[in-house]
Amino acid sequence: MLDVRHCATLAEAAGIVSGDRQAVLLGGGTLVMRDVNEGRLTEGTLLRVTDPVFRRIEAGGGRIELGAGVTMGMILANRDLAFLHAAARAIGGPAVRNMASVGGNLFAASPYGDFTVALLALDAQVVVQAGFGSGRAVPLEEFLAARERSGPALVTAVQFSRPSNPGEFHFRKISRVRPKGISVLSIAAHLPQSGGRMAQVRVAYGAMAPTPIRARGVERALEGKSLDAGAIQMAKQAALEGCRPATDAIASEWYRREVLPVHLGRLLAGDGR
Amino acid sequence: MAKIPVQFRLNGSDRAAFVDAPETLLNTLRRGLGDFAPKYGCGQGACGVCTVLIDGEPHLSCLTLSVACEGKRIETASGMADGPDLHPLQAQFMEHFAAQCGFCTPGMLTVARALLDRNPNPTRDEVIEAISGNICRCTGYEPIVAAILAAAGSPGMRRSEGGRHA
Amino acid sequence: MLEMRKDLFADERDDNLNVIGKGLQRQDMPGHVTGLTRYFDDHAFEGLLHLKVVRSPHASARIRSIDVAAAARAPGVRRVLRAADVPVNRNTLLSLIGFGKDDEPSLAVDKVHYKGEPVVAIIADSEAQALAAKKLVRIDYEPMPAVFDVEEALKPGAPVVNETYSANYFEYHERFDHQKLRFGDVERALASADMVLEHRYQMSPIEHAPTETNGSIAAPEQNGRFVVHSCAQGLFFALGTAAKIVALESNRLHFIGGTVGGGFGGKVDSLTEPLAVLGAMVTGKPVRFVLDREEEMLYGSPRGAERIYIKDGLMRDGRLIARHIRSYFDAGAYTRLSSYAAIKCTAHLPGPYWIPNVASDVHVAYTNRCPSTAMRGFGITAVDFALEVQMDRLAEAAQMDPMEFRLLNAYRDGDMKPHRRKASNTALIECVQVAAEKANWPISEQGKRQSSLTGGGVGERGQIPATVLDARGQIGRPETRNSGPTQTLPAGSSRIAPSKQPVMEGARDGRAAPAQVPRYEAARPAAAPLSPPPYQPAPSPYQPVTGQQPPPYQPPPAPPATAAPVQTQHGAVRFSSVFGRRR
Ligand SMILES: Cc1cc2nc3c(=O)[nH]c(=O)nc-3n(C[C@H](O)[C@H](O)[C@H](O)COP(=O)(O)OP(=O)(O)OC[C@H]3O[C@@H](n4cnc5c(N)ncnc54)[C@H](O)[C@@H]3O)c2cc1C
Ligand code: FES
Ligand code: FES
Repeated sequence: MLDVRHCATLAEAAGIVSGDRQAVLLGGGTLVMRDVNEGRLTEGTLLRVTDPVFRRIEAGGGRIELGAGVTMGMILANRDLAFLHAAARAIGGPAVRNMASVGGNLFAASPYGDFTVALLALDAQVVVQAGFGSGRAVPLEEFLAARERSGPALVTAVQFSRPSNPGEFHFRKISRVRPKGISVLSIAAHLPQSGGRMAQVRVAYGAMAPTPIRARGVERALEGKSLDAGAIQMAKQAALEGCRPATDAIASEWYRREVLPVHLGRLLAGDGR
Repeated sequence: MAKIPVQFRLNGSDRAAFVDAPETLLNTLRRGLGDFAPKYGCGQGACGVCTVLIDGEPHLSCLTLSVACEGKRIETASGMADGPDLHPLQAQFMEHFAAQCGFCTPGMLTVARALLDRNPNPTRDEVIEAISGNICRCTGYEPIVAAILAAAGSPGMRRSEGGRHA
Repeated sequence: MLEMRKDLFADERDDNLNVIGKGLQRQDMPGHVTGLTRYFDDHAFEGLLHLKVVRSPHASARIRSIDVAAAARAPGVRRVLRAADVPVNRNTLLSLIGFGKDDEPSLAVDKVHYKGEPVVAIIADSEAQALAAKKLVRIDYEPMPAVFDVEEALKPGAPVVNETYSANYFEYHERFDHQKLRFGDVERALASADMVLEHRYQMSPIEHAPTETNGSIAAPEQNGRFVVHSCAQGLFFALGTAAKIVALESNRLHFIGGTVGGGFGGKVDSLTEPLAVLGAMVTGKPVRFVLDREEEMLYGSPRGAERIYIKDGLMRDGRLIARHIRSYFDAGAYTRLSSYAAIKCTAHLPGPYWIPNVASDVHVAYTNRCPSTAMRGFGITAVDFALEVQMDRLAEAAQMDPMEFRLLNAYRDGDMKPHRRKASNTALIECVQVAAEKANWPISEQGKRQSSLTGGGVGERGQIPATVLDARGQIGRPETRNSGPTQTLPAGSSRIAPSKQPVMEGARDGRAAPAQVPRYEAARPAAAPLSPPPYQPAPSPYQPVTGQQPPPYQPPPAPPATAAPVQTQHGAVRFSSVFGRRR
């Protein structure tokens, strides 16, 4: 039978995760509890972390830290995180957002994981206290690459730098149902400009591979350029580099490949959908 | 396995229940405490018919552990009317024919209530956003949106307990 | 939003309406908005048990063995049910009105015929315990070939889906392999049409997706009765079905329902009631059987898939002179209500248009897919979609405005339908006129003046045409269900000598065609047949304005009065498709 344990500190939770292979960390539970309800998860221990640090937001300065238990609703209620509101609002409806956590989103299987796409374009680091990479801040890209292979983990927080100009950070989720629907794909882009040219460009996709991925071809096409029609054209041509989208109930692989360059072009050009 | 005691406020009254460790709030409310307003529609978070307010904010009770609700303020559609007086949202749902089979109605009323508590005069787009996690298979949503807009700004709107304390 | 058009059909309506056209509060609305409405699941019972079923992971397989020992010992499990525990483990829904053979078990016996078919039921103290015990049931399957396409299923050598109907089609009245409609001479009309258009249409299964999933609670009551809270859309249908399957007198079942959290046709199959009642009988406790969302979406029966071929003969001036339809309903693995869908479909053809020559063959085919059932206009919705898309294509071919094209071909009061009944209360013309007006779609002045009340039933439009027997004698046959082969034959036909091999459309090589079907063949004309005169369509009451000037219509020379080489059937044979009786 399934048991539930409440952990008052992160250290306690980390200890259980390292020792008990049947322990399942519970964030908001929006994915875990479905497995419970449908009888896929009938054995083991659900771990509930009640440590306030787990749900802490530090967003006052240039370096931002979000506790893994922070919900999309909490991000939306925080003015310092306005540049992330579009990404947080992309997750489900209001009730899901009051529950869905940043940590859980890192583990959500494609086509979920929209918030993680935004974090990837912000060059975020993942703080792990048990499991893969524990004791250090792991680059998100590395964390995602190891996600399926590594066993149980406890993520405590994510960290990233605030974009110096929030207007240079863009997020777009493409879905078929308005206003809410699961992603056909999502795109996040951080396009810092200096002297009219882009530098340190980072672009990431959701639902274009088994995990959120970086769009390296696009980053290369844009780096050092000014954001004009020519650069956008080059970016669109490189858009599909590294993509391995799936065919699922939301869209076919073919459809995702067809529409990605279109939406990327619109995002870069600042056009509406 | 031993049952676990949980206490919370339900629609303004103190209630207690003995629950299984992985039991959902939806099950505790319905089977334990006899509040049948929140419904089971999917158990996946997809339909919203189980929506309740926890401390004034909408949550999916089918995905919430009862043991995590200790000491919280929980409100359901059963607690919206003030004695015999309907909440303005309830009155406008009736007026606008915003329920057909009625199965989505408690959830719709609950998210609408949370919206109006926070934002007494929402725009149409804000209303649509507020009900976007709730599925209605019958009405086509338009009457529901109309009812919520009509209720907005009504005098005598009773705020949710959680909303008042938040 | 609501608009009463009192200008239309004004003299057909009494204007003293005191409900229609007025707002009226629904009696169930106060319950809905207060959360007080009680659906089937909103009832508290002491000691409530929960039933879950183990479903087949295969679309087609033989069951080698079932081991429930570990599941029966699992914590909280009260009872495990298998096929042998079901008193009458074979049923078909419409058996309650004597239509169709029992073909579907409540729990699979030795084979499974679709992915998701229930095999074992577990009754436990909690849902979680029932779900955990499900994982302990060991079933050894031997996968078998499956067929998923309606036309493939009807081919010789296709895997047998449903042993009760081993040729993979529903047998109407235990002998006919499809529903047939014949009116006039479609072949001849197609041959003389200016254009012939043929297209294939297909619709996928559609899930009703009600917000409330299918379910029921059954509980022992005093006096040896059982109370059943049910979501059934047809409460007494569910009662009768459950009574039959659990072998109880129906007065020992007390069904309570009528409050349904969305049905749309998906709650007529009694998917849960029989096992819930059986569970209450064997445990003496209240038993709740509710489908979860995944089960509802995957295994709650959908609106069935359909494939439809339409072939139309069109004159250059826009008149539709022939329509031939061949269509296949995908019943899935068991009949449920598909047999009825094909009847409704046939009754609906050829759509709301007067067409002097109509032929249709509508088949119900079994495949290894989830059984399909009723859904909002089932039998009609898909074919209507196909027909209207086809109408747009025809209008384009005739270079006519699609609205004008429909005005031209619409039924009018008094027109003879292929079912040998006169059309009445027709209103397509007025619908098109109002729709055009609302959509600001320009139609001609002449089109605006048309009326369903005039021009119908005139001349050929009101008559039953000579209806040919084809070479195989295929035609709407007279009653065959309850009587022997001594019948009055249609004019101009004679019965095939018993020694002759019966030929049946739809019979397939290598398969026995259903026996004992009376056959008719054309009486051989004494003289060599003259070549048949070209079909001459009747003039329409409406000469529409076409996009281009059509070539002036040249009426063919009048047929010689003596020419009658094609054998025909006259007169109306009224045939009730369900009961097989003349009405
Ligand atoms: C109706 C609905 C709509 C949704 N729409 C979207 C959407 O649009 N976009 C989207 O991206 N997602 C969507 N989701 C999926 C999901 O809600 C989100 O991805 C959410 O962020 C998951 O977080 P959670 O806290 O609820 O995860 P949980 O269910 O709590 O956990 C998910 C997984 O992550 C693990 N986990 C959680 N936290 C940690 C941690 N701190 N350390 C280690 N492991 C952890 C859990 O053990 C589990 O394996 C939707 C879900 C639903 C039900
Ligand atoms: S039952 Fe909770 S969201 Fe559907
Ligand atoms: S009224 Fe039936 S689901 Fe909304």
